[in-house]
Amino acid sequence: MTTFNINGQTHTVDAPPDMPLLWVLRDLVGLTGTKFGCGIAQCGACTVHLDGVAVRSCVFPAAAVGERKVVTIEAVGGTPAGQKVQEAWRELDVVQCGYCQSGQVMSAASLLASNPNPSDADIDAAMAGNICRCGTYNRIRAAIKHAAKGA
Amino acid sequence: MSQGLLDAQNGAQPSNDDTQPARGISRRSFLKFGVTVGAAAGGGLLLGFSMPASSQDQKTGRSVIGGDANEAPQSGVFAPNAFIQIDTAGKVTLVMPKVEMGQGVYTSIPMLIAEELEVPLDAVTLDHAPPNEKLFGDPLLGGQLTGGSTSIRFAWEPMRRAGATARVMLVNAAARQWQVDPASCHAQAGHVIHAASKRSASYGQLAQAASALPVPQNVPLKEPKDFRLIGTPAKRLDSPEKVDGTALFGLDVRLPGMVYAAIANCPVFGGTLASVDGTHAKTIPGVREIIKVDNAVAVIGDHTWAAKRGVQALDIKWNEGAGAQVSMKTIVDDLAAASQRSGAVARKEGDVGRAFGDAKSRVDAVYQQPFLAHATMEPVNCTVHVRADACEIWLGSQVPTRVVDAAVAVTGLPADRIIVHNHLIGGGFGRRLETDMVTQAVKVAKQVSAPVKVLWTREEDIQHDMYRPYYYDTISAGLDANGKPVAWQHRIAGSSIMARFAPPAFRNGLDPDAVEVAADLPYDLPNQLVDYVREEPHAVPTAFWRGVGPTRGTFVVESFIDELAAHAKIDPVQYRRSLLGKSPRALNVLNTAAQAANWGSALPQRQGRGVSVMHAFGSFFSIVVDVAVDQGEVSVKRITCAVDCGMVVNPNTIEAQVQGGIIFGITAALYSEITIKDGRVEQNNFTDYRMLRINETPPIDVHIVKSGEAPGGIGEPGTAALAPALANAIYAATGKRLRQLPVGRQLQSA
Repeated sequence: MTTFNINGQTHTVDAPPDMPLLWVLRDLVGLTGTKFGCGIAQCGACTVHLDGVAVRSCVFPAAAVGERKVVTIEAVGGTPAGQKVQEAWRELDVVQCGYCQSGQVMSAASLLASNPNPSDADIDAAMAGNICRCGTYNRIRAAIKHAAKGA
Repeated sequence: MSQGLLDAQNGAQPSNDDTQPARGISRRSFLKFGVTVGAAAGGGLLLGFSMPASSQDQKTGRSVIGGDANEAPQSGVFAPNAFIQIDTAGKVTLVMPKVEMGQGVYTSIPMLIAEELEVPLDAVTLDHAPPNEKLFGDPLLGGQLTGGSTSIRFAWEPMRRAGATARVMLVNAAARQWQVDPASCHAQAGHVIHAASKRSASYGQLAQAASALPVPQNVPLKEPKDFRLIGTPAKRLDSPEKVDGTALFGLDVRLPGMVYAAIANCPVFGGTLASVDGTHAKTIPGVREIIKVDNAVAVIGDHTWAAKRGVQALDIKWNEGAGAQVSMKTIVDDLAAASQRSGAVARKEGDVGRAFGDAKSRVDAVYQQPFLAHATMEPVNCTVHVRADACEIWLGSQVPTRVVDAAVAVTGLPADRIIVHNHLIGGGFGRRLETDMVTQAVKVAKQVSAPVKVLWTREEDIQHDMYRPYYYDTISAGLDANGKPVAWQHRIAGSSIMARFAPPAFRNGLDPDAVEVAADLPYDLPNQLVDYVREEPHAVPTAFWRGVGPTRGTFVVESFIDELAAHAKIDPVQYRRSLLGKSPRALNVLNTAAQAANWGSALPQRQGRGVSVMHAFGSFFSIVVDVAVDQGEVSVKRITCAVDCGMVVNPNTIEAQVQGGIIFGITAALYSEITIKDGRVEQNNFTDYRMLRINETPPIDVHIVKSGEAPGGIGEPGTAALAPALANAIYAATGKRLRQLPVGRQLQSA
């Protein structure tokens, strides 16, 4: 059995050491807000925070999480940056189908937490790992700037 | 968030045998425009009306996957398939057969009702219609269907008419109660008001009385100048749950006792399973059992990871069959040969043979477009529980009644024992018009005693999609002394999706989707012949893909028009203008886009600007693309788009859909190509089936042209009109004419 600190709560589950954190969250703990998109860290749909840093949970082994605090889309609204990002996303109507947006919000929140006033190049660097098939990129960029302004 | 919407997403909506909204209706009032009225089951007013459920115009029988659908079909028998209920508490609930897949209809359709009913937008709750052939289906296409950019087009008239009719009945009920002239009352914000006596009653108080009144005929609709909601930006109703992870997609279903399945599909199209050795797989902790189906193996596990590792440990032998002989060369050779045959005529004007003879010069070209995968962000998945007496299915589908059909075929259960819980769709783009995943998941679930979630990996999703067909177009024009096209001949060779998907729409060898746009150009072409030759790729399954026929057709015709302009040494915008005399709406968007993009202004070296014009989905689009080409790599610098989609319902949605459609189009034009070797798809994942990313996305300016016409579609035109503008910009930058998509590595030597 392995113990995880997820969204401030302790969860002890029977996770094989090589099981990616994504499946720990979705299948064992039941937090389905974090999405499966590609399984090889190419699309960012599975992005979560480990001690505030954005990681791709689909390739991050359960055994490597250790003591680090996991925050998912379900709880990122409890962080100042996460709250601002979610507000901006709602204000600018970013979402379409919505499937990738958990990952987009997590990447954006991580960016703003470490860089409250990102340039376009900063946004490119932080968000290029998140694919949106509906094509919401223009509004994602605008919403990050909107959230930064409200900081 | 409305409770009704949440219900639909949580899979808690009634099963398909529960037709409660209809049950309360006593069909005593049938009207010309098709509204029936009755008392609602729990008291209140219930109005049933008709909204076309599919992409087929019942009047003409013509496919409207991409075409004009502004006139509501008039069928002889009135069968309501959408319902407004106003209960005694004043709650307004709309049940209708369209699904939300990102396009914003759960916001824009309630706007139409609220406008005429005189209630605030947030007073309307939307319930997703349960699958029900009788209520929501279409006799020609056999199913509820969301696709073809038709939702708002089909809803525009009937939704407003239903809202207005309900409002008049509520006003009449109040007037009767107060014994005053209805004309002295007015409706406002969910109340009927008699200003003279300062009396007011809520819709909830009046709903029951209104249900006993006769249905008024020919209720006038508002003049556009009086719109209070339509045309104003409205926020999406589904944003909150999609930014905090609570939105539930098919993949997110969790059921008591549920197990997880990973799949190995036969890598060769049309192949079958010969044998499987699961000895190694069964040693993996969490793996429960190995299930065989005809063309795949499923590993059942306690979680997705065990199932996935189990699949990797299988030793499988396949009967590859004849599909293994299929490669791109055989497919393209077949298409090239097919294009030598004469086809089914889609458009014939004047005398093309004579016009070519009289022409001063001639341009000939062959255009080719690749197979494409849908690559929805939510990979293919379907959760099924088969029991002795019923089969329950959880997924996101554009065609819920076809899901029932697929399960009936596998289980042999009667349709009323198939229970479909439809969910939010993590990207449709045509993929979720198909039910192959349902067939497979039910075959697996039949052999498992618990609910089973079948999930494909991204690799399976890309390699076992049903693909946008490869198309091969031969096109020729004869020009007069001024460079104007006096003869035009265009032959399209490729798969017919319609012949499989909607056989009644495929008539006399003509696929109406495959010739969309090509057969109905906005240009003045006195002599033209457009025909279609059906040629199916052996074993490779084909399906609709965002933008459908117009995506296919617009690339060819708008690139070719550009070739003709270059041949005539006339500016591409000026050349098009000279041919658009009979299409003022097309001319208007062209002029708007050209002006907004500062067409004609100088660009640095290796940069270029290209344009396209399109009439499809009932809308007119013009796109101007600025590109830079550096060492064979294209970067898109800026996009300007002018849109005439008729009357605007929600400008906020239009901008989002146009930008998204254009980005979908850039991905396809620059990168997307599925290739087949020895019957297998060569691409695997986003590494080799590349998507445009935020750092590659240009600013996209959307200019909405004011229009009083009925609304046109908006979800697909951006995709359809993008590729030629991009290819024409590359030509302007490099002098290289791209007659094949994607751009890929074609410019490496340029």
